[in-house]
Amino acid sequence: MTIIDNTSAVPAPRADDGNSAPLLEVRDLHVEFHTRDGVARAVNGVNYTVDAGETLAVLGESGSGKSVTAQAIMGILDMPPGRIPQGEILFRGQDMLKMSAEDRRKIRGSKIAMIFQDALSSLNPVLTVGYQLGEMFRVHEGLSKKEAKAKAIELMDQVKIPAAAARVNDYPHQFSGGMRQRIMIAMALALEPDLIIADEPTTALDVTVQAQVMDLLAELQREYHMGLILITHDLGVVADVADKIAVMYAGRIVETAPVHELYKRPAHPYTRGLLDSIPRLDQKGQELYAIQGLPPNLLKIPTGCAFNPRCPKAQDICRTDTPPLYDVTERDGGALPGRRSACHFWKEQIHG
Amino acid sequence: MGRYVARRLLQMIPVFLGSTLLIFSMMYALPGDPVRALYGEQAIDQAQIAEIKRSLGLDKPFLLQYWDYLTGLFQGDFGTQIASQQPVADVIADAFPITARLTIFAFLFTVVVGITLGVVAGLRPDTLVDKSLLALTLLLISVPSFVLGYAFQYFFAFQLGWVDPNVNDPENYGQLLLPAIVLGSLSLAYVARLTRTSIAENLRADYVRTAVAKGLPRRRIVGVHLMRNSLIPVVTFLGSDLGALMGGAVVTEGIFNVRGVGYTVYEALSRREGSTVVGVVTLIVIIYLVCSLLVDLLYAVLDPRIRYA
Repeated sequence: MTIIDNTSAVPAPRADDGNSAPLLEVRDLHVEFHTRDGVARAVNGVNYTVDAGETLAVLGESGSGKSVTAQAIMGILDMPPGRIPQGEILFRGQDMLKMSAEDRRKIRGSKIAMIFQDALSSLNPVLTVGYQLGEMFRVHEGLSKKEAKAKAIELMDQVKIPAAAARVNDYPHQFSGGMRQRIMIAMALALEPDLIIADEPTTALDVTVQAQVMDLLAELQREYHMGLILITHDLGVVADVADKIAVMYAGRIVETAPVHELYKRPAHPYTRGLLDSIPRLDQKGQELYAIQGLPPNLLKIPTGCAFNPRCPKAQDICRTDTPPLYDVTERDGGALPGRRSACHFWKEQIHG
Repeated sequence: MGRYVARRLLQMIPVFLGSTLLIFSMMYALPGDPVRALYGEQAIDQAQIAEIKRSLGLDKPFLLQYWDYLTGLFQGDFGTQIASQQPVADVIADAFPITARLTIFAFLFTVVVGITLGVVAGLRPDTLVDKSLLALTLLLISVPSFVLGYAFQYFFAFQLGWVDPNVNDPENYGQLLLPAIVLGSLSLAYVARLTRTSIAENLRADYVRTAVAKGLPRRRIVGVHLMRNSLIPVVTFLGSDLGALMGGAVVTEGIFNVRGVGYTVYEALSRREGSTVVGVVTLIVIIYLVCSLLVDLLYAVLDPRIRYA
């Protein structure tokens, strides 16, 4: 496969192109939606960074703001009703929120690409997959229709769609769910972007296909040395592919940690709850743990720690003071790099 | 595909027979008769009338008359007008191109203006532009076309003098403009609303979000991704609308004195000329059927998820 040979040389120059800024840095991002009932604060001060070749998993329930953050990074938020009152999204050190619409458009698809959850509705039903894939090359690189189609076939081969040349003129509805998601992945990969945002890429697929698609994504990410933001609510998916995890709740990051650390010793009661609610074979017959209550209404987020009404360990301070994102350390004060927790009682949580 | 078209063409036969029989029986049931209408206010010689009727075959039972008409039709004979002694085929051949021109003019007006307005409003849902369009279309839908016709005629022709109030020369497109706008206005309102809703709905579709995320320019997103999906219901409506426009032409032609099919039907009705009415209406029915077949085929071209076997 010549394609792979060409690109294996790319990662090196990408990693150090003169500045030490991370590939993507989100700083104090706020997103709100103005609705008839009031202002829904979907994202309230999110910070995270992703480096080339790194996989960040963003974890959280529906409505935690993980997808909205991703859409803000992509620049595909509906504005209005959406609004970004403050924050910065730095891509290679440049704030994308201050760029012109045209500059942002050129980044979309070619430098930062996105994979959506439901490939059937996310692909245009009346255009062939070859056309939709080829469009990337025609718009961003100015290739002719014919060249674009050849590239589309190459891409379909690369994401392991059998008989790519024969299927390039098929329509999305003629593919199976797993194959459609591969086409979404191929579309995101088309221009070899530096960063891919995958918004629950496997949620709509059945379990056996989920693993295949995740493996493919991880493999291609390694190959191209891309940054990957994986948005999911599936803890099982995360463990295999992610380098670090950010757990979101009510539009805030409540905990960040390297992936295995988080599973071993969560430093936030919400993370603990999420981990405990995974069904386990060795606890067959016992009642499955569930975090009590419902995610907060974003129109009126509880004061103090947003999680306090559902937290089994909530105390008075949790209802009044919003916890900052504390640096988490070992019991003896030893540093735990990358670990942070927005819980007043993170010490008790992690060290028992 | 071929089998589908063949089946649809075969289905036209019962529709054709049914509609001709229906119109024929309606004409038969109407009071008055064409021969008597020849005499107007003159004194009537009953024996003479009976004689003429017999020679025209109008004394035969209803079904037999219908049979005669049909057999004539299949030999290409549409019958002859009683009063003018003109073959009905000639009458239609004279009147039809005028109505066709008016209808196509109105249709183009509907398509171009209706879709443009719909797209403009649909891309900005709930703005002032959108709301004014909704108000305008509501007005067009709720005002009957003859009221609109006379109102337009009064303002634009008599008051402002921009156009001629009557169409003297059906070849003159300037004169046909006003009747075409009046004729197309109702469909225009429906097309604009349908397009607007369809665009506004698809604007939030996942595949449009994907198109944005691909970094496509806005013109391409709207022109390629949004329009094709949004126009599918509009095309369906337009197909059935073409037939409705030809029917609506009867009223509009009356207002603006256009000597088209509508005028012919009106004349023939008042003189109880059954064969003329049946001929014209049947022609409109057939055009309607062919249009709807074409639309259904076009539907499959626009939406690959639809396949005809």
